[in-house]
Amino acid sequence: MEKSINVTLKVWRQAGPKVKGAFETYKLNNVSTDSSFLEMMDQLNEQLISERKEPVVFDHDCREGICGMCSMFINGHPHGPDGEITTCQLHMRMFKDGETITVEPWRSAAFPVIKDLMVDRGAYDKIIQAGGYVNVNTGGVPDANAIPISKIDADEAMDAASCIGCGACAAACKNGSAMLFVAAKVSQLALLPQGRVEGAARAKAMVAKMDELGFGNCTNTGACEAECPKNVSISHIARLNREFICAKLSD
Amino acid sequence: MWLINSSIGRKLVMSITGVFLVLFLLFHSIMNIVVIISPEGYNAICATLGANWYAIAGTSVLAAGFVIHIIYAFYLTYQNKVARGAEAYAVAGTQEGVSWASKNMVPLGGVILGFLVLHMYNFWFKMQFAELTGIHTGSFDPANGAAFVTELFSNKLYCALYIVWLVALWFHLTHGIWSALQTTGLNNKVWLPRVKTISNIISTIVILMFMAIPLYFLIGCGASC
Repeated sequence: MEKSINVTLKVWRQAGPKVKGAFETYKLNNVSTDSSFLEMMDQLNEQLISERKEPVVFDHDCREGICGMCSMFINGHPHGPDGEITTCQLHMRMFKDGETITVEPWRSAAFPVIKDLMVDRGAYDKIIQAGGYVNVNTGGVPDANAIPISKIDADEAMDAASCIGCGACAAACKNGSAMLFVAAKVSQLALLPQGRVEGAARAKAMVAKMDELGFGNCTNTGACEAECPKNVSISHIARLNREFICAKLSD
Repeated sequence: MWLINSSIGRKLVMSITGVFLVLFLLFHSIMNIVVIISPEGYNAICATLGANWYAIAGTSVLAAGFVIHIIYAFYLTYQNKVARGAEAYAVAGTQEGVSWASKNMVPLGGVILGFLVLHMYNFWFKMQFAELTGIHTGSFDPANGAAFVTELFSNKLYCALYIVWLVALWFHLTHGIWSALQTTGLNNKVWLPRVKTISNIISTIVILMFMAIPLYFLIGCGASC
């Protein structure tokens, strides 16, 4: 049943990376509870444009929870108060009539604000560039049945690969640590034969890049897993630790 | 040196020193229980440890463990504050499954350290230190541990202070033990809940053994039972 609500939005406005930002409060009426959070933001921007004000800048792309582009820290949670979804999958039915919704950008030293709610998540791309791939050394094609992969490993690798690199883990972490992201990216390859070969070098390269970019040290609070839209498990962090420590010890 | 330069290396140092300190606490709590069962037996342990070379060597390694654990804690916390960025969230939600202890390890560590200094003054200074230097610091013979315990815990305020200290230590251990195993990589999806349960059980056993002594004196058993 469709219903309309009126909300008050407290949105972080920041003109540029070096400019000091502040919260602005906007009233938005007649928001359909069937609309998504991003549709509500579009509605807000239309209202701002009609008032000849500058619209709010925010990241978004696929709007179906697979690209990892949308961000926003809504009422104290990355991707909002609902669980296991991205901001684009968050619906206005999660909010009450007359509620004040606080919208902030991801806050982490490694994710500088570009404008308003848009942050630079290029740091994650740099970590991937450091080793989050498989070097294809072509040779004779081995028989597929010669390399059995257990169901357990295949499932674990797929669970790790569900990470969309949105940055919610580092945004939620009180230490600004990117360990869940790096652990997922190391795990998805380390668990399968093609990726296993370069496992040690990959773990070292990606962790070194993560540290260099200014992400914090993981203290295992588990906030990342709780906020992850894809529910990536912190057990992957244990695997990353194991990979890294073993690689360093065998040096 | 990767134990200083890499985040996982630094965490590994925290976890290894942490596990070492947990093993010490296990040893210490088992030793303490003897004072309830037999004060003479407890004094025999005190005399054995005393100022012998092996006790001094053990104390030095232990002190090094504490110092490294604390220095790294401050270093990691400083780095994490920087990584979090200058601007704090206006609204910070809480997540299900994230323990209070895990978010307050440094304040809990501070409470533990404060009481540790007091504890060192009350026992170590009057016992091993006194025996080592030969100076007279307490009202009893340095090896008469049971007398020192009885003297301190005849003060109900001290009993209460020790209980507060042990509660803080319990919180610190519940997160610390499983976190140490996670950091060393000894964990996976199946073992995650098990490791957390093991952590809670060990913490509770250690703390109950420690707490037995102030409670024993608090309910007035020190003199009569």
